Amino acid sequence: MADLRINFAGIKSPNPFWLASAPPSNSGAQVHKAFEAGWGGAVWKTIGAPVLNVSNRYGAWHYGGQKMLAINNVELISDRPLEVNLAEIRDVKRHWPDRAVVVSAMVESNPEAWRDIILKIEDTGADGIELNYGCPHGMSERGMGAAVGQVPEYCEQITRWVMDVARIPVIVKLTPNVASVVPPAKAAIAAGANALSLINTINSIVAVDLDTLEITPNIGGKGGHGGYAGPAVKPIALNMLSSLGTDETVRQSGLPISGMGGISTWKDAAEFLLLGASSLQVCTAVMHYGFRIIEDLCDGLSSWMDSKGFRTIDEVVGKSLHRISDFKDFDLSFRAVARIDPDKCIQCNLCYVACNDTAHQCIDLVDANGNLVQPYAYDVRSNGKHEAVSTRPQPVVREDDCVGCRLCYNVCPVEDCIKMVELPSGRASVTWDQLSKNRAEVTTDWDAMKKYRQEEGIEIH
Amino acid sequence: MQIIRPEEVLAEYYPPLSDHEALVEANRCLYCYDAPCTHACPTHIDIPKFIKKIATENVVGSARTILEANLMGATCARVCPVQELCEGACVLNAEEKPIMIGRLQRYATDYVYNRNIDVFQPGPATGKKIAVVGAGPAGLTCAGELAKLGHSVTVFERRELPGGLSTYGIIVLREPVSVALAEVDMVERLGVEVKTNVELGQNLSFDELRSQYDAIFLGLGLGAVPAMGIRGEELVIDGLEYIEASKMNPQGLEVGQSVVIIGAGNTAIDAATVAKRLGAERVRMVYRRTEAEMTAYEHEYEFAKNEGIEYRFLTQPVEILHEGGKVTGVKCVRMELGAPDASGRPSPQPVPGAEFIIPADQVVKAIGQEKPSLAQTLGLATEKGYIRVNDDLETSLPGVYAGGDCVRAKGSASTVMAVQDGKLAAFAIHRKLVPQGVAADD
Repeated sequence: MADLRINFAGIKSPNPFWLASAPPSNSGAQVHKAFEAGWGGAVWKTIGAPVLNVSNRYGAWHYGGQKMLAINNVELISDRPLEVNLAEIRDVKRHWPDRAVVVSAMVESNPEAWRDIILKIEDTGADGIELNYGCPHGMSERGMGAAVGQVPEYCEQITRWVMDVARIPVIVKLTPNVASVVPPAKAAIAAGANALSLINTINSIVAVDLDTLEITPNIGGKGGHGGYAGPAVKPIALNMLSSLGTDETVRQSGLPISGMGGISTWKDAAEFLLLGASSLQVCTAVMHYGFRIIEDLCDGLSSWMDSKGFRTIDEVVGKSLHRISDFKDFDLSFRAVARIDPDKCIQCNLCYVACNDTAHQCIDLVDANGNLVQPYAYDVRSNGKHEAVSTRPQPVVREDDCVGCRLCYNVCPVEDCIKMVELPSGRASVTWDQLSKNRAEVTTDWDAMKKYRQEEGIEIH
Repeated sequence: MQIIRPEEVLAEYYPPLSDHEALVEANRCLYCYDAPCTHACPTHIDIPKFIKKIATENVVGSARTILEANLMGATCARVCPVQELCEGACVLNAEEKPIMIGRLQRYATDYVYNRNIDVFQPGPATGKKIAVVGAGPAGLTCAGELAKLGHSVTVFERRELPGGLSTYGIIVLREPVSVALAEVDMVERLGVEVKTNVELGQNLSFDELRSQYDAIFLGLGLGAVPAMGIRGEELVIDGLEYIEASKMNPQGLEVGQSVVIIGAGNTAIDAATVAKRLGAERVRMVYRRTEAEMTAYEHEYEFAKNEGIEYRFLTQPVEILHEGGKVTGVKCVRMELGAPDASGRPSPQPVPGAEFIIPADQVVKAIGQEKPSLAQTLGLATEKGYIRVNDDLETSLPGVYAGGDCVRAKGSASTVMAVQDGKLAAFAIHRKLVPQGVAADD
């Protein structure tokens, strides 16, 4: 059995899964329940400045009958009195000494306000503090949350105020609503933060109601941008996570990163670990299905680690980071083609239409005698399942013409039916970077490019 | 004694899909390209397109997609043997279960009929007049398609109600009468005039039709159930009449306690279902061949067995026994299969001396229908007794077209085949009458 315990900047928990600072960690009763279900930790819903919330605060994006591929919200930080939150945090930590209890905080941008909240949090016995520099709505209009996270100087200044006071680990939570998360991360590092976390939610408008023409969700006739989260944001979060892991300054700082953004299953969790996260936070999946999902998060991750021979979380963290690369360093001579397994193929022809309408026109329909046929070629009087099925052509890739774009692979509804097969290109390995250095003219002049292609035998379809 | 309410026991078997069920099922569809379901459909409805329109909640557009290819889409959604057609060809048969295409089609077409939404308008008038004889699925489709193209169409129907077998010959469990009549109304709103109680050769002259109209379409259907030529046959009830009574006057339909149904096709199963559901204790189907040669669809056979209907295979009725004008039983002879006959199926031969009696107080026969008798009367060339037509559905008389069961010399008779005939004939008529015109999608 893999050891799932983590020690994240000195904050220990029996597994890497923490509730993210959000509605699921809004109260002591909820966090007690989550810990009973097996959660390794919780980042308390942000406490700090006084707020009032509105109704219809959560929107969602549904697609193809799947509910809540993403959630969007205009909920602010905790609207429960500060003293109530602090008392419940103290109570939870006393009951659950082995779990990570981290408190998210956000106050006005002045050193006294931050000093005051940090001391109050430390007084509860909490294990750590997360600085919420990410909330994209409401709080940012008041100069807090993303308004801080988007400006590295503010981020650094406030983190310094906090680090001057704090005696427990401090995590700086980054907003994704920036061109790059690296400058704010560097600011946090410069200010002496103990750890980073990302991503907070993304600016979004989730829908417009086609009956009323109102914004969804409709808040008394108005609506606006809210924070977007859930399964649909995972690829964005993974990219931002890896941009930290591949940055020299961030890497050398050695700061651990708590990853979040669409983690719903143990597979998502493993991917975040492989790209450098060493603790994991979950919100939308819990809001969709409840605390019970922790069982499979741990069970699935543990089984996968066992199957791969990983004994500890540390052994997994960052294992795929070295493969993150820029386009200029990709091997231009790498060649893969699509191959359709006719035994698995159900002849839905989704690959055929995708390739022929929108990709590179290298899939044919071939009948039982090996003849090319056009779609809809059957006679108007032909009918019945036997005729339809027995005369149905098979999609076949013309491998010589296939550029290996991988679109067919992505649209195929059948598991393992289309494979991307690596084939020798017959050309020496070369990257765009090398080409720019060795044959600079190729990168600026189409005639030179044509000549180069002819030399190398590169045919463009 | 249990009180049997016909409106309950004979009510439509499948409930409509709820909006949610339809959405979930529609989202399961893969949206195949050049989909096999569309190929398998005799009218080639663009099935993935209409299903995706359900998924995007464009249900009116979905119904239009269906009705563009098949004007009787609400009937076909109910009566088509989908297991043999669209659903049988669904690529998801390979992995899980096919999409419920028929029920989704019903969802979309019911949506527009329940809301009185017309998805088509009559075309700009061409000044051409066409007579359609027979208001069954073939005739109504032909009439509706011609009206969409701007022609003036009159439909002549010998029965009191239009709709043909959809109205009279399909049990309510599969299709309520109101569905068939809603399709008639839709065709009428396209400007088609439907005249009922008018019968060709009786109070309607073929020669007058030919002189007054630019083209004629014959959707005559088939004739009566043929005679078996056995003693006591006058006491046997015609299966189609039995079904008709169950639709038009179920309270007045007298059902026996022990009913014998002669035949094992789909109409026989429908008659047996009516008998069973209206209170018959035993319903026995007698068929002179075996399970393997039955013309009933597999799913219909399964349905019949689930209804508690019994089968007596290799059994040939030779006499209806009766006493005082009441049926008391059916004398039968056991059969055995011999050499293949003209239909290619092994021909059943009586086993000498193997006679036995099945007690019964009601006997219904559903052994197919006679060939269209009008064909000869009208002087039309025939093929195996059916009206002979060319690829344009034109008969041996120029300008006279025919379609539906009355031309079904090849293939099996079905509503959807009749609809395709009606549609193709309409396009052919239009091409001929308006040569510069282009038909919709043939």
